[in-house]
Amino acid sequence: MTSLAEPVPRGTLRSVGRRSRDWLPAVAVFALGIVAWQWVIPDVFHVERFLLPRFSAVISAFWHERGTLWSAGWFTFKEALAGFALGCSLAFLVGLALSRWKRVGRALMPYAIAANAVPIIAFAPITNAWFGLLSPWSKIVIAAILCFLPVLVNTLRGLTSVDPESIELMRSYAASEISVYRRLRIPSSLPFVFTALKVACVLAMIGAVVGDYFGGSTEALGIQIQSSVSLSQFETAWAAILVASILGIAFYAIVAVAERLALSWHPSVRGTAE
Amino acid sequence: MSAETVVSIRNLSKTFGRAGVTALQDIELDIARGDFVSLIGPSGCGKSTLLRIVGDIIEPTSGDVTVNGKPARRARLDRDYGIVFQAPVLYDWRTVAKNIGLPLEMLGWDRARRQDRVGEMLHLVELESFADHHPWQLSGGMQQRVSIARALSFDPALLLMDEPFGALDEMTRERLNLELLRIWSETGSTVIFVTHSIQEAVFLSTRVAVMSARPGRITGIVDVDLPQPRTAQTREEPRFFELVTEVRERLHAVGADQVVEEATLT
Amino acid sequence: MASAAAATRPPQRLQDVRRSEIALRIVALPVVLAALWGLWEGYRALWIATGWTRPFKVDNITMPHLYDILHQLFEPATTGGPRLITLLWHSALFTAKEAAVGFAIGAAVGFALGVVIAHSGMLRRGFLPYIVASQTIPIIAIAPMVVVGLGNYDIEPWLRVAVIAAYLTFFPVTVNTLRGLQSAEPRALELMHSYAASRWEVLWKLRVPSALPYLFSAFKVAATASVVGAIIGEAPSSIPDGLGGAIINFNQYYVLQPENLWATNVIAACLGIFFFLSVVVVEKLVVRRAPEHVA
Repeated sequence: MTSLAEPVPRGTLRSVGRRSRDWLPAVAVFALGIVAWQWVIPDVFHVERFLLPRFSAVISAFWHERGTLWSAGWFTFKEALAGFALGCSLAFLVGLALSRWKRVGRALMPYAIAANAVPIIAFAPITNAWFGLLSPWSKIVIAAILCFLPVLVNTLRGLTSVDPESIELMRSYAASEISVYRRLRIPSSLPFVFTALKVACVLAMIGAVVGDYFGGSTEALGIQIQSSVSLSQFETAWAAILVASILGIAFYAIVAVAERLALSWHPSVRGTAE
Repeated sequence: MSAETVVSIRNLSKTFGRAGVTALQDIELDIARGDFVSLIGPSGCGKSTLLRIVGDIIEPTSGDVTVNGKPARRARLDRDYGIVFQAPVLYDWRTVAKNIGLPLEMLGWDRARRQDRVGEMLHLVELESFADHHPWQLSGGMQQRVSIARALSFDPALLLMDEPFGALDEMTRERLNLELLRIWSETGSTVIFVTHSIQEAVFLSTRVAVMSARPGRITGIVDVDLPQPRTAQTREEPRFFELVTEVRERLHAVGADQVVEEATLT
Repeated sequence: MASAAAATRPPQRLQDVRRSEIALRIVALPVVLAALWGLWEGYRALWIATGWTRPFKVDNITMPHLYDILHQLFEPATTGGPRLITLLWHSALFTAKEAAVGFAIGAAVGFALGVVIAHSGMLRRGFLPYIVASQTIPIIAIAPMVVVGLGNYDIEPWLRVAVIAAYLTFFPVTVNTLRGLQSAEPRALELMHSYAASRWEVLWKLRVPSALPYLFSAFKVAATASVVGAIIGEAPSSIPDGLGGAIINFNQYYVLQPENLWATNVIAACLGIFFFLSVVVVEKLVVRRAPEHVA
């Protein structure tokens, strides 16, 4: 902990080139997974084409339909992104308010947690009724609701988990309430908020795709999956599923990078040992 | 109350909670400019509470505190004092320089003026080469030096210190004691210092206020007439041991057996 | 000021605080429900009166009266058939079975996986990225394939859906098991090594107990996830017996009878909350010291 080496330059992007020990196992597993998909599953376990087509078949379908698939993916990604932005910013604002009026916050928290236990996905047909099947808003709202609670809970936890002596210090500076938020509470809440954002971005993407299953525009990814299945084009369906997954991973990666930039000072990011 | 009195405490009492726990009772104390006053007593005698009342972080139940001729609240709003806690309470997301500059930012100083002052402070605590480090890259002792630099950055008349070296090892503690004395003489500030250690209290102070167990009262004040400036040699002088013994006996007289006693050289 | 005073004030009896908190929450429940009811009806009345169409048009179809929804529960779902609430009760039980079994499977698998990768750095580096990535796959798309595929092995339909529920459940348990097992204090570990404890003993006597708060935190998330997984598993797989099937069914006839779908949502919500509260209760029993505050 007492490493008196160089100071940490601000805003450093950790270089991807870590020691090979770190990424080699993951690459090995990836390769094994591809081998399994291509040969073990179809040939050894005799899994039918309509359950899981061969890897090469999926890749070739992916290539042939890349235009449709990517535009569908982008369409759905925009819905997820909008829902993410809406849900997270609302959650952050509500979290700020609740941290200020602590008694209200404490009273409402159990209800918020219980509300999170509700399967939101059962609500998708209703948002369709509200905004119309074809409107992206029905999916955006679902994604936003899914993002709202994790971010709210963590924002609140982050804003209020400041140790008393830091508050006493601010008091000794006769700091205004706004100053305390700006200089102390909000910066120290960032690690918590980013943890929640990483959870939320994946939920947003899933929410947008699942929303399609109750009806949506043909431009959307979920509809693409369903129509491919109904036309027995299972390779295309799996290609579309892959696109959804890749977009989810990409979204997560973007948030993770943002986290590294914003939290360059945090012990977990400067990460010496694991 | 002469113009040279920085802190004046009259009839101060503090009770907590519905159970009516009396932490402090009838405290009377005057602290003159340039004084270095230690508060020492058993655990729970209220010395930290007293410090916080002087800093208007807690309100007294009854009595008056006057700092720089003003009520404690006004003194806090005018930022007449700096405070150092046992934990450094530095912000991880700021560099050492930015941490020291925190109160200056809040006072609205412009960047150039801030940078100059932060540079001076870093020089004062001898941490110039660590300006761009983050707190977690520094040792405990260094972090406390940053904390002291921050407390002094806006030149307060009064410095409140709550067992600032309590979490450090003996050798670092002795070194920082010397540093603190140097800083104190260079800045000419007045210090109220809470500690558990008799040796530290006698070594640093011009006066030691001995407090009793709950309800906390000041049972006696020992004038420390050791010559200034004090050095590592001072700890080995006969007069030093006499004073340490005197403080210890006063503490035992009020049943203060819990006070930490470092091993003497005998 | 209050926080500093609290830091030095002697602590109130824990029992008194908890009792008054719980009493407050119980009293607050009808108040909150009444407030929500008021908000609903108020929003509805205002939007209908003014005719605003943003964010969406308000009428009997998009926002039925809450009273009508509750009333509908006690009406026959289909002409001459049983009451809606009876129907939904059986659907909920069906889904609950899937969710509970899915939770059990997912929690067990998640825990085992967590234990394994906690002990092997190489396995962790190899598999953790894919464990995380697994949750980016839209399970609703895969559900039909899983349901049909497992049909080849003569597994009951509900059990196949339980597998889907397990898929959503294992991930939070794995992640939190990993974090929890790693959270043991270095001093406590050194003590165990001084007893020449085997890895197995260290695991069960130290790491797992240290991990309990993390585990229960994960179980709370997993409880909800298992219900969601069960509903998602049923819906596209044309399994009519559960809540997912009910949702699909009532969605088709939504315009004719919107209350049915809303009532189903209410029941699904109750199921999710029930699972969540069950974990909270178990936690209070198992972890005898004051459990982590729910927030």
